[in-house]
Amino acid sequence: MWPGVLPDWITGFTVQAILVAIFCIGIWLWFANKQTVVPSKKQFLGELGYNLIRNTIARDVLAENFRPYLPYLLALASFVIVNNLCGEFFLFMFPTTAKIGYVYGLALLSWILYNSVGIRKYGFFGYLKHSTMPAGVPGPLYILIIPLEFLSNIIVRPVTLALRLFGNMFAGHLVVLVVVLGGTLLIENGMKSNLGLVAAGVGSFLFSFAIFALELLVACIQAYIFTILTAQYVSSSLAEEH
Amino acid sequence: MTLLEEGGLNLGPLLPEHWQEMAVGIVLFLLVWWVLAKKVVPVFEKTYQERTEAIQGGIDKAEKAQAEAAAALKEYQEKLAGARAEAAQIREQANKQAEDLAEQIKKQAQDESARIIANAKAAIEAEKTAALRELRGEIGGIATELAGKIVGEVLSDDQALNKQIDRFLDEIEAERAAS
Repeated sequence: MWPGVLPDWITGFTVQAILVAIFCIGIWLWFANKQTVVPSKKQFLGELGYNLIRNTIARDVLAENFRPYLPYLLALASFVIVNNLCGEFFLFMFPTTAKIGYVYGLALLSWILYNSVGIRKYGFFGYLKHSTMPAGVPGPLYILIIPLEFLSNIIVRPVTLALRLFGNMFAGHLVVLVVVLGGTLLIENGMKSNLGLVAAGVGSFLFSFAIFALELLVACIQAYIFTILTAQYVSSSLAEEH
Repeated sequence: MTLLEEGGLNLGPLLPEHWQEMAVGIVLFLLVWWVLAKKVVPVFEKTYQERTEAIQGGIDKAEKAQAEAAAALKEYQEKLAGARAEAAQIREQANKQAEDLAEQIKKQAQDESARIIANAKAAIEAEKTAALRELRGEIGGIATELAGKIVGEVLSDDQALNKQIDRFLDEIEAERAAS
């Protein structure tokens, strides 16, 4: 974007991410504005989304201690889903979460969150013991269990979190590209000589609607999974018995 | 990042195009988090709290009203039962009074009838006495008359006397029939 004026890392996607953040903040402030006990239609809509995160993710996973983590989970779910849905809407047509940098950032924050929550509750070594030494395992097996648990709970979790989201959104974007750009190419080339190619191109365009529908679904599901797994990790860090 | 590539490890699309993307993502997300934590979640939770209180208050009020209604119903039922018992008592009393009255009236009527019967009997007795007295007088007269007739006649034979007596008796019969 404007080479020479701004640093080269400020790209269209940066602007897109900023717009998404503004949109998330704006829509929640709008929903939170002038709330009443008997909700208006606008407030009802806001509560629908809010309750999905509050009741089916935060409260179900974290039980009665969900309140301190609710803002994080709400922000995470809305930020990720809007970034994902950018891939299906005009003006953007690219999910911000298909840029791996943003996803690494979010996964890193989730990793910091669930580890710091555990460390605050059990102390550093207490937390390590809590997360790598499940109760009820016979003594010698700990030689095997401790590295495995450390790997799966401390190292692998943020990586899978990041790669799952990125992979789904990136692959979805590629499929959209193939169907839409492929259709365009088929029609352009077929116009000169081959009407069969035009038919294939039109078929490809029609098929793109199904792909878009699928991508809408995937965008929502991936945001949901990212959020519920973060809640799950926090819950397991806080759990009394592993 | 470049170190990894020099080491022969190609991350492909898993390598961020610019490492600043991570920083931008983190900063933007923290901003969203901060605003939601300060301005959005407390508002929603407050509304939910108020709603819970409103509903709870409504339930409490309804429960109170229900308890009051139940108490009033119990009171009315007790009053009703009392009134019923009183009514039964009054009815019983009235029945008893009516029976007493009937008994009294019956007794009075019996007394009255006994008195009337006694009066009637006395009157009959008096009539009878008067009639007997009169009859006795008449019989005396008749006997005197008969004696006179007998004396007046010549008592020649039994046949004539018998005839005379028969005639006399016939006269008496006729007189009785006439009267």
